[in-house]
Amino acid sequence: MNARQTLKTSLLFSLCCLPLAALVWGVAANQLGANPTEALIRELGQWALRFLLITLTATPARRWLGWGFLLSYRRMLGLFGFFYGLLHLIGFIWFEHFFNWQELLEDILKRPFITLGMLALLLLVPLAVTSTRGAVRRLGFKTWQRLHRLLYLAVSAALVHFFLLVKADLLEPLIYLAVWVLLLVLRLPDRFFVLRWRSVSE
Amino acid sequence: MSKLLFGKQNEYQRAALPESAVTATHDYLNRRQFIQRWGMAGLALATTSLVTGTLEANQPSASLKSTSNSQYDTTEALTDYESVTTYNNYYEFGTGKSDPARHAHQLITDPWSVEIRGAAKQGSMGLDQLIDERDLERRIYRLRCVEGWSMVIPWIGIPLRKIIQRLEPDNSAKYVEFTTLADPQQMPGIRRNVLDWPYREGLTMAEAMNPLTLLAVGLYDEYLPKQNGAPLRLVVPWKYGFKSIKSIVGIDFTRQQPLTSWNKSNAQEYGFYSNVNPEVAHPRWSQARERRIGEDSFFTPKRETLMFNGYAEQVAHLYAGMDLRKHF
Repeated sequence: MNARQTLKTSLLFSLCCLPLAALVWGVAANQLGANPTEALIRELGQWALRFLLITLTATPARRWLGWGFLLSYRRMLGLFGFFYGLLHLIGFIWFEHFFNWQELLEDILKRPFITLGMLALLLLVPLAVTSTRGAVRRLGFKTWQRLHRLLYLAVSAALVHFFLLVKADLLEPLIYLAVWVLLLVLRLPDRFFVLRWRSVSE
Repeated sequence: MSKLLFGKQNEYQRAALPESAVTATHDYLNRRQFIQRWGMAGLALATTSLVTGTLEANQPSASLKSTSNSQYDTTEALTDYESVTTYNNYYEFGTGKSDPARHAHQLITDPWSVEIRGAAKQGSMGLDQLIDERDLERRIYRLRCVEGWSMVIPWIGIPLRKIIQRLEPDNSAKYVEFTTLADPQQMPGIRRNVLDWPYREGLTMAEAMNPLTLLAVGLYDEYLPKQNGAPLRLVVPWKYGFKSIKSIVGIDFTRQQPLTSWNKSNAQEYGFYSNVNPEVAHPRWSQARERRIGEDSFFTPKRETLMFNGYAEQVAHLYAGMDLRKHF
């Protein structure tokens, strides 16, 4: 890795830490509103989802725009998604249940939105564990790739989790859903788009 | 800033000063006005006017006179004024907690009238016809939101029963239905169909006549800030917060149980009664605990929610023999 590359990586790393820094400052300066614990949990969850979605823009960005640079940072972005997700869970265990494990377990088993949130995070664990170059080598690229398709399941579970916790205003989760659907559509095989263009031009 | 310090009281004064009470409160109001104009104005110019871009005052402009009725008061610490006036659910001004404080200044509370139906004295009434300022009481109540947080708020209002007795509802009336203003011009949240506008709430007559039920016009010794439901709102402390309907324009005595907004939006989750009950969970989250805003923070567990929000002694008899799991 040359110096230029290292600089770029460090820069992106710092950028990914910014939301956390802002939240830490928000807590310290009491700038998170009247219900800071709730705001903190919500923000951490949203950033987890955002990072996972950003990770998933790398492939379509290269395919449709020819921007390959994101591909080399996919691992970092994905791990940040996991990191924020983990903080989201810690916040939930701490602020919502204050480490009352009995109540926490009941909540996970009884409330579908919490079950799904847990599931989303659990699905990310094997991906985080196998995020090293060594793991790719050991598993073989094909197996590794298949395993990492769990990300699609994790993002879907996280989205349903989001929809289920909203009281009445679905606008925010709908925006995330729209991004998610777009990212999936942009992954459709070439033949789908070729057929479409042909039928339009005829 | 100055509009906030003077404007609200002035416009309310005109609307709400009962004719019968003019002599009784006139001097008081003038003195208050004087102090405000010359005392507060200097202070405001010197300090707060330097802060631009924010519309909420962080301090109440103590001005509304009331007698304390401590019989029902909780002795718990009051939730700070800033939290009470910046953390609100008032979907007509947006679904974010800070949206109401940002947008509610668009609400015109003067002139204001309330349409009364199903009573001997029905028709359109001004606030001064409905509220006799000499009857104003200060009541310190807990407020428990269905979302799992709570506050302690010093309200100023009149027991609803006093007003109902004066209106003389029809004998056949079993319920009271309340309606919030729904004007897309003043309320940007109305442009989206998050709920079926106008917002409606309701109580049984027995609930409405309970001495705890308050029709509030103020909090923290000032007229209600607009984000808190100015100029007239309901306060039903043993029910989840959404039952305490804001900015009331209609009071309707009915035979039929009113179809309330949240019940209509999701009947599985929000019943007509919506009494605070730690034993009956919201289908999606537990109601056993709550976070007291401004007190329970990062290093304290959420506190246990009390049956009927701690008002069982006053209201439990209203639901004797009822299956509260069914009638949630």
